[in-house]
This record gives sequence, structure tokens and C-alpha cells, in this order.
Amino acid sequence: MAAGVETVAEELRAAYGGGKTRDLEWRVSQLKALLKIINLHENEIVEALRSDLNKPEYEAFVHEIAGASSACKLALKELRRWTMPEKVKTTMTTYPSSAHIVSEPLGVVLVISTWNYPFILSIEPIIGAISAGNAVVLKPSEVSPATSAVLSKLLGEYMDTSAVRVVEGSVPETTVLLEQKWDKIFYTGNSKVGRIVLAAAAKHLTPVVLELGGKSPVVVDSNIDLKVAARRIISGKWGCNNGQTCVSPDYVITTKEYASKLVDAFACEMENFYGKDPLQSNDLSSVVNSRHFDRLINLLDDEKVSGKIVLGGQRDKTKLKIAPSIILNPSEDSLIMNEEIFGPLLPIITVDKIEDCIGIITSKEKPLAAYLFSNNEKLKNDFISNVSSGGMVINDTTLHLAEASLPFGGVGESGMGSYHGKFSFDAFSHKKAVLKRGFNGDVSVRYPPYTNGKLNFVKAMLSGNILRIIRALFGW
Amino acid sequence: LTLDPLIGAISAGNTVVIKPSELAPACSSLLSSTIPLYLDNKAVKIVEGGSDIAQELLQQQWDKIFFTGSPRVGRIVMSAAAKHLTPVTLELGGKCPVILDSYSGSDLKSAVKRIAGGKWGPCAGQACIGIDYLLVQQKLAPVLIESLKRCIKRFYGDNVQNLQSICRIVNKNHFDRICNLLEEPGVAASIIYGGSLDRENLMIEPTILLDPPLDAQIMTEEIFGPLLPIITLDKIEESIDFINARPKPLAIYAFTNDKKLKDRILQETSSGSVTFNDTIIQFICDALPFGGVGQSGFGRYHGKYSFDTFSHEKGVLHRSFFPELEPRYPPWNDFKLEFIRLAYNFDYVGLLLHLLGLRRLFIPNRAR
Repeated sequence: MAAGVETVAEELRAAYGGGKTRDLEWRVSQLKALLKIINLHENEIVEALRSDLNKPEYEAFVHEIAGASSACKLALKELRRWTMPEKVKTTMTTYPSSAHIVSEPLGVVLVISTWNYPFILSIEPIIGAISAGNAVVLKPSEVSPATSAVLSKLLGEYMDTSAVRVVEGSVPETTVLLEQKWDKIFYTGNSKVGRIVLAAAAKHLTPVVLELGGKSPVVVDSNIDLKVAARRIISGKWGCNNGQTCVSPDYVITTKEYASKLVDAFACEMENFYGKDPLQSNDLSSVVNSRHFDRLINLLDDEKVSGKIVLGGQRDKTKLKIAPSIILNPSEDSLIMNEEIFGPLLPIITVDKIEDCIGIITSKEKPLAAYLFSNNEKLKNDFISNVSSGGMVINDTTLHLAEASLPFGGVGESGMGSYHGKFSFDAFSHKKAVLKRGFNGDVSVRYPPYTNGKLNFVKAMLSGNILRIIRALFGW
Repeated sequence: LTLDPLIGAISAGNTVVIKPSELAPACSSLLSSTIPLYLDNKAVKIVEGGSDIAQELLQQQWDKIFFTGSPRVGRIVMSAAAKHLTPVTLELGGKCPVILDSYSGSDLKSAVKRIAGGKWGPCAGQACIGIDYLLVQQKLAPVLIESLKRCIKRFYGDNVQNLQSICRIVNKNHFDRICNLLEEPGVAASIIYGGSLDRENLMIEPTILLDPPLDAQIMTEEIFGPLLPIITLDKIEESIDFINARPKPLAIYAFTNDKKLKDRILQETSSGSVTFNDTIIQFICDALPFGGVGQSGFGRYHGKYSFDTFSHEKGVLHRSFFPELEPRYPPWNDFKLEFIRLAYNFDYVGLLLHLLGLRRLFIPNRAR
């Protein structure tokens, strides 16, 4: 283990205690340094993503570089406004007084990132942590080693390392980090490790944000623009790290009648996007490693599934590639329908009436995202009211991540807490309530000895009834 | 502390199970018998019992757990919640300090009333936001102490057998715990007022201590009782370092009109809340979030915050089928990549030129 991992929280606490991270100028300088990294080292980052995930340059740019850059610019633009105290109204009960809410940093925070979007899922939480005035330690994922190394090198060169540190490593290093006392832990990953993080945090009463995953369903109604829907689903599934995304469409629900049209539309657009032999396309990420490759092949070759493949199924282990595959009506108890797929396989489940989709979705754990393609207003409203998920998109997929005004986070098994935009700043802040009082208007009814007269008066005041107050004042 | 979270949970549309504290059995019993008469008892249930019942409840899967109590039990609750990935709100406690800057005359009298009211008023000091200890400049201590003594006599009387307008200690365990605080060496010697005990009636006289040893339990643990240590400092500004050397409290009270000191307290200390020139009253200001930070807890409630605490804020994005952005879709090529790059930079002129195929004319040496 690298030297200093056991004491990193303590070291950063000393830096934080000196007060520099609270200083607005410091925060701005660090955010600008992040922007510089993104602007000047884009090629290096894209290369690292290609090395770790065979991520196409387009995806690397749109999802990671541009996303991180936008988040940084937004923070720089809004930081002063975000840090201003928020005045709130006071009422008769505390008159005379003034009240406001002050955002302050939590202290020293830990960000544990993951491998599928290893750059932006490290940078965006750091942007939140720094904007809010904290010192931060990042533990990038060892499953994406090239990006981990690039982050370590670039953050080490450009950032104030007394308060912003990268700790590379795997389970041993993460365990040592989790034993230390943090003021917040931000974890992106799976629910199994999410439980471990939460249990470790409990020992120090550390609040956490857990960005996990789940089986995000896509419901496809009829009477829609099918071509556009198919393209958007393909884009959200295979166009996002080849299905290895927490908000990827995991499975589709459509009516028995509509299913064949949908499959045809998928087949057509898939060929337009990836050609006749998708294994040869440069526009698809590979599966991250052989462990996940074997896991996915296992899902596909399951006897409850393999006979129902209607598209794809090809694989190339040497290149860690699996062709975009669609399975029609795998059995409900197959593995592919019971765990998060996180890969390029898309089951389609058919129902008699499209409204039945709600029952199916709510019988499973709450997912990170849910998608509906429909022009039926009633179905949309029922879907939004009855399906609980982290976030939702109507008539598209995954785009809500790009909307900084929407909180991005899970619920239930898909996680807790949220971030993006100002929500990132809030996630790493403590909102301190401040009440200012003067000495005027001090009423003796407040103080002992408590008498019936005082009690009556207070009851009258709280009732708000003027006549009652007058009666109480005169002792009637 | 039972009804307020219940209001939040119901407003947000949840079903609720309440486990009241067994240390307040009459209230627990009252809630248990009354709530089912008025509320829908298929959706709101009360479960009475002690820690064994609480443990059983904690094994089950909840969508949220709201806990008010001590940090020790807070850890147990959060560990149990971890197994089910259940989010929690922990309303804990801490040593809430009051900082008293220099005041005189009627302002000092008002300050003293509010301090006495903030110490012994809430449940004889057994309150999470009750004042725990007081920080004052050494030369002001004598005047403060005299004023405080007079105030206590007026509010509560001076005979422990016959104290008025004050709660008793909740049970023998806590009574003994508080008595033990007084028995440590150096602590008993620092008592300058009160100290009388009535074990039969579980009453402890409002007690003032002057500069007890800082490493004694009375200064390292939350007192949760009617003992008020007064710590004297050379300069009142030292109170900031004093507070920062200790776990973050649920509330800081500061009696001062010095703007510089107010700003320093706000910026250099961290606590659930800060109240200037009064005590306790922030609790009833519904526009302010009520909750802790660090060892005093996390999450918040009161007013709309109660509703929010028991809600999930779901982001919903609506899109229409038209227009479609072709460069979004593969196969990707340099043209599409450049298009997206320009779009992200809001370079509209560049975008137009790019679409017309003229951009290359203007940027011949574009580095890639």
C-alpha cells in the first residue's frame, strides 16, 4: 500500500482546519485548474478511456469531457450565488427576529468512483466537493487503471494537493480509507459495496451519497414515432458504453401486438448505426474485462434465454466484444430478468395491455431511471405518479443526466442522495440555520414561574385569535 | 418528537410505524391508545417497547428511518439501515455552548433570563438543544453569576424539595449518571450554586459550576441535566477555538452585538444552527431547517423540511419526438464529432459554417 493512505483523512483535516478551502478564491482557483486539465489534456483522457473501455472518441467527448467541462463552467459561473446565505421568513412566534440559512462545507470528504465513466464520475463529485469548500480525497476505480493513472497524475500536477488528493488502489486501499473518519462519503458503484460503505460510515455517523444502479425499464407504447423511439433507445443502451451504464435501458416492456414492429425497428436502426457486423464497428465500447464478459455470456447462454434471441448473440472473447443482442420474452425467473444486466443485452417483455407495465415495474426494486415512450397523456401521468425511480424521461433515454437543474440520484436499491448542478454543491454542504434576535419585545410570559395566566396567554397567541388574545391579556 | 416526524411522514404520503421511547412510559401509552382512535391504523402503527423491540424493528426493511436520540444508538440504527440501503435522518445531540459577550444593565438581565430559560426551561436541561455549558470572559463572570443566581431563585425557587416550574430527571439511571458527573475530583469543588439532590423525587437543583476540569466527564460528555458549567476565558474570541476543539454541536447560542464576533462565529464554527441573543427559540421557526452536523446528526426537518425528509425528489424530463439531432447517432465521424463539439461550446457561428462546410476555410491549423 502506498505510504500515507492510513493517515490521509487526518492530513487533509489539518489543511481544512487552516481555513483555505473555505476561501472563495481558493475554490475558484481549483475549479479553474480542473477546467485546465480538461481543456489541455483532452487527448490523454480520451486515450485512457480508449485503453480502459475501448470507448469511442465520440462517447468519450460527449459523455465525459463535455460533461465534466459543463459542470465545471456552471460551478464557476454560479459559485458566488450558491454560497450566498438564503434569507427565510419568520413569523409571529419568533417576532422580532431575522433568519437565514448559511451553506458551509462539511470538512473532509471521500469520493469513491467507478469504472464505466471513470473520468466524469470522479470529476463531477469533486467539483461539488470543492465548490462547497471541502477538502477531498478521490479513490478512482482500479478496474479502469489507465484513467485512474491519468487522474492521479493530472490532479497531482494541477490541484492543491494539500487539500485535493488521489489515492489509487483496490480493495485493501478502499478498506483502509473507509476506516477513517470522513465528513461525507460519496460512492458510485453497486449496491453490494454500497452496503459496505454505508456500514463503515455508520461507525463515524458519516452521511453518504450512494449512486447505485438497477434495472431501468423502457416502456414502449404504440402510436408513437417508432423510428425515433428505436434510435433513442439504441442510443441510450448501446450508445452509452455499450449498456454498461447505471441508467442504461435494462429491459423493454411493450404490447404483444407491437413487439414485432419494435424488433424490426431496432434491427433496422441497429444496422444503420453499427453496420451488418457490429463486432467490427468502432462505435461500440467493449466489455470492460473478461470477468464481466463471462458474466454476460452466462446471461445470454442461459437455456431460458438462448432460444429467444431475435437479434445479435455474436461474441468475440479476444476483443471482449458482444454484439448488441435482443431477447424476446426470456422467462421471468431467468438471471437476465433478475439482475442488472450492465451490458449489450436487451430483453423485451410483452404484455396484453400497455398499462400492465406499471405492475411489472413496481414488483421489482426501484431502479435508477425509468423511461416511457408514449403520446398517451393518461399513461404518462399514471407512469409518473405510480412508478418510483431515481429519475424519469418521457420519450427519450438517459438525457436527464445532462440537465443540471434536475437532481440525479436513486431511491431504494438504486441509492440515496443526489447531485449535478447545484445539487452537487448542496450534497457537500451543511445548511446551517441562523436566527438573530434582539432584546426588544421580551415578554415575561416566556419565563417561569409559570402561571395559569401566562399559559392562557400563550395558548391565545398560538391560536391567532385576536379576541382570545385580548381576553387573555386582561385576564378574562 | 413523535408527532412532528409523523406529520412529515404522513404529509409526504408514507405509511408509518412509530416506536416511542420506553423511558417516557405514560406518553408512550397515551400515544399508543389515542393515535389508533383517530388515525388510519392500517397505515399508522405504534409499537411500544424497549431496546429489544427496537432491535427487532431495525431488522426489517424500511424505506426511511428517522431516529431521535443519542449518537451511540444513532450508530446502531445506521448500521442496521446499511443492510437494507435505507436512508436515515439522525437527530442527535451534543454539547451546545452559549457564548456570552459583555452586556450590562437590562440587556444583561434579558440575556440571563434567556440563558436560564434555555438551560433549565427545556426539561431541566434534558434537551438536545438545551444549553450545555457557558463561555464568558473572566472579568464578567462575577456579575453574570450573581445575576444568574437571582434569576434561578425567582424562576424555580431555592429549595430542592420544593422547586417550581421545572421538570424532574426522567429516571434513576439518569439521576445517578448526572450525580456521578458531580462526583469527579475537581468537579464538586467547582460548584458555586445549587448541587442539592432529592433522589426520592428525582429532582436536582439548578446547579452552576465555575471552571470545572476540562477533562472531567461533565466537560467531555453531553450533560443532559440541570448542571451548568461556566468556563471563563481571557478574551471572548477564544470561545471559537474552544468550540472547534470539540465535536460539532446541534446548536450554538451567542449573546453579542459585536458584528465581527458574530461573523467569526458563523464562518469559523460549525453546528446544526446558530442563534444570536436568544436560546431554544430557533426550534419553533418553521422556515429554518432543524438538524445536526457531524456528531450531532444529519438530515433535517420542521415545516416543509419534514415533508422533504420523507420524500423522494424524482427528476422528470419530457421530450418530444421532434426535432431529432442526427449527429447524436452513430456511425460517428469527424463531421459529427466537430458538430457536437461546437454545439457544446455554443459556437453558433462555427456551427453554421460547419454545416455549410465552410469552417475549414477559417480555421486551417486546428489542432486535434
